[in-house]
Amino acid sequence: MAEEHKQIDPITGTATTGHEWDGLRELNTPLPRWWLWLFYLTIVWAIGYWIVYPAWPLIHNSTQGLFGYHSRDAVVEDLDALHAQRGPMMAKLGSATTAEILADPQLLDFARAQGRVAFADNCAPCHGAGGGGTKGYPNLNDDDWLWGGKIADIEQTIRFGARAGNDQGRQGNMPPFTGVLKPAEISNVADYVRSLSGLSTEAGADLAAGKKVFADNCAVCHGDNAKGNRELGSANLTDRIWLYGSDKEAIVDGIEKGHGGVMPTWDGRLSEPVIKSLAVYVYSFGGGEK
Amino acid sequence: MANALAPQKNMTIGEGGLSLALVGLAILSIVIAAKAYTPEYAFHAYLFAAASIAAVFAVINRYFERPAERPALVNADGRPNYNMGPVKFATIAAVFWGIAGFAVGLYIALELAFPGLNFAQWFNFGRLRPLHTSAVIFAFGGNVLIATSFYVVQRTCRARLAGDLAPWFVVLGYNFFILIAGTGYLLGITQSKEYAEPEWYSDLWLTIVWVTYFLVFLGTIMRRTEPHIYVANWFYLAFIVTIAVLHLGNNATVPVSIFSPKSYIVWSGVQDAMVQWWYGHNAVGFFLTAGFLAIMYYFIPKRADRPVYSYRLSIIHFWALIFLYIWAGPHHLHYTALPDWAQTLGMTFSIMLWMPSWGGMINGIMTLSGAWDKLRTDPVLRMMVVSVAFYGMSTFEGPMMSVKIVNSLSHYTDWTIGHVHSGALGWVAYISFGAIYCLVPWLWNRRLYSLKLVNWHFWISTIGIVLYITAMWVSGILQGLMWRAYTSLGFLEYSFVETVEAMHPFYVIRALGGFLFLCGALIMVFNLWKTVNSEAVAGEAELQLQPAE
Repeated sequence: MAEEHKQIDPITGTATTGHEWDGLRELNTPLPRWWLWLFYLTIVWAIGYWIVYPAWPLIHNSTQGLFGYHSRDAVVEDLDALHAQRGPMMAKLGSATTAEILADPQLLDFARAQGRVAFADNCAPCHGAGGGGTKGYPNLNDDDWLWGGKIADIEQTIRFGARAGNDQGRQGNMPPFTGVLKPAEISNVADYVRSLSGLSTEAGADLAAGKKVFADNCAVCHGDNAKGNRELGSANLTDRIWLYGSDKEAIVDGIEKGHGGVMPTWDGRLSEPVIKSLAVYVYSFGGGEK
Repeated sequence: MANALAPQKNMTIGEGGLSLALVGLAILSIVIAAKAYTPEYAFHAYLFAAASIAAVFAVINRYFERPAERPALVNADGRPNYNMGPVKFATIAAVFWGIAGFAVGLYIALELAFPGLNFAQWFNFGRLRPLHTSAVIFAFGGNVLIATSFYVVQRTCRARLAGDLAPWFVVLGYNFFILIAGTGYLLGITQSKEYAEPEWYSDLWLTIVWVTYFLVFLGTIMRRTEPHIYVANWFYLAFIVTIAVLHLGNNATVPVSIFSPKSYIVWSGVQDAMVQWWYGHNAVGFFLTAGFLAIMYYFIPKRADRPVYSYRLSIIHFWALIFLYIWAGPHHLHYTALPDWAQTLGMTFSIMLWMPSWGGMINGIMTLSGAWDKLRTDPVLRMMVVSVAFYGMSTFEGPMMSVKIVNSLSHYTDWTIGHVHSGALGWVAYISFGAIYCLVPWLWNRRLYSLKLVNWHFWISTIGIVLYITAMWVSGILQGLMWRAYTSLGFLEYSFVETVEAMHPFYVIRALGGFLFLCGALIMVFNLWKTVNSEAVAGEAELQLQPAE
């Protein structure tokens, strides 16, 4: 029907199909050869791929392909290769104590290499990229340790965490004193605590009264000399290192509400060699104690 | 009762039925609002109630103001009495949502570069990201598709749009869906399926709107006065039908209660993942490709005043595209729990899609044979041709990225984001801008205010796109290489946060690209505003337009 309406487009010399819609026409240009052959090529390639790889679903399984490829096998192969690469050193790391790792330079290098990335992926979100800490999250670079800075102490804190519900983890809270102490007592003891590290005290603060409050309420954990107790994780209040801030407001807030920051338990979440590597890595920040 | 000489004015079944249905919806919404489990859901129920009541008033008001006869299908001069009111509304909505979507995109790009901008729950990246994707894809893109499809189907069928209230219901109902979806994201209502985030009640509403859209479109084709169906309409129809199927499949959920916004998807585990990406990839294939190819097939030959390059190519690449696209989804799930055979099919069908996609590109670009000189003088045509070039580029990049070995590097990296945006900014947005620059003067019977400004829009946004995609290529490949780098001892060379840090400069460049793209679009808004507010072109009236309803 359309045959008699066909026109030749003067510019290309190609016939139109003879139809017209709202002034639009279509040329009857044949399919570009290169296009058609490339299309065929992709189809041939796809069929070839189906023959050698798992491709078409059947009732219980699928066609398996001539290469016998299975993506799970590929993953297992990759992991095996990785384990083979790390293998001997990993095995040594697993059986050595952290003290032995520190004594073996080759093993120490290996552990620190593993510890670096493990720290950045697991610890840095709280303790900071370089272990510098932030408010509420201890700085791991200094020599002020709440729970001890010997390699075994650090390892235990990492493995079992603090106040994370693990029986072997670090226990002990700073209790809230609201209701136990009067506001004036809290204010005095806060000033007294500031005076211990040579910070200025508020005019009119009764340091003697503060000292009395401290002796009656705080010394049991923080010690008579206020230097803290690692068994309880109580902070040393004389060293100018403040986990929650040194201004009076922050100290008063801590006394009123208490503190109990949580360090997660990593036992079971990270493997044995990784926990040891982390302990060694943190130990080597500079604050590790002999 | 009625004057015997004048035709009797009766309320149509459509008017009466729709009013009753909307009254029912309003009552139901108020009941739900009263008993809703969460204030956010109650807010949405009130929105439904308010919109239903407003719509009832609009329908009844329109009934009193309209003439007794239904609008003629054909004007006195024999030309079809086109219904362009809904087209105008959707065109304006497209421009509005486009600016909103681009602006949110710029904001979340800045959030990635400067995380401090995540300052409140409503404006954090997690909620704004779906707001951005939905605003650009479904709000901007969707309105462009509705506007152009309603325009093109009428013009190429030489027939008035089917239905009286139905086209308005489609346009307004669709935009109401967008309002519900968008406010829902900000309030934290989501079913967490990418590109299908709205919850069950929004999905139900969209289903009703979409079926109506399908019926209006099909009805118009069926009343066509042309013997054949123009190629653009094949693509529009494929887009409408497939999106309906995808929407139903991927949103098969069971609500917790009619009083709760929460629902649970019927698919689970890897099957859910497979259905999700069957949906997700074909949203790209049918919403962002088939629909916009339809736009290309009308607006490029029209603007270039040349015949379509090859009818044969159009028919072959249409069917190849429709058949092959639907298989390609599994390439989003390479190296996952998805069975190997499905991954193989996803990848091979993606490769086979390469040429069918390029068939569209060839037909778009080669339509300019004999009119290449117009690229120098007509920036609107240039924009559309460059868009087809971007289409060609991203439909090469896509199959390449679907190859498993390439995907093992590119997957989960910014390369994917760059790929998506070369398609979204380069192809979808540019062909849309081109169509809008054509449509607005045609619909409002005006001359385009300034071609020079179109030129500025073109160059500013092109620089923006280039900055965007090159930044994402570099950062994506860098990211992929950093993730897989091992030390000689067999440990990862970089921690995750180090790879994030390395992205920072590229995120800043990407945001700059987005900013330029937004600037270009604002120039377009100004240009269109001046166009609509200029004097009507007398005597050159190309369209027999009914006054806007």
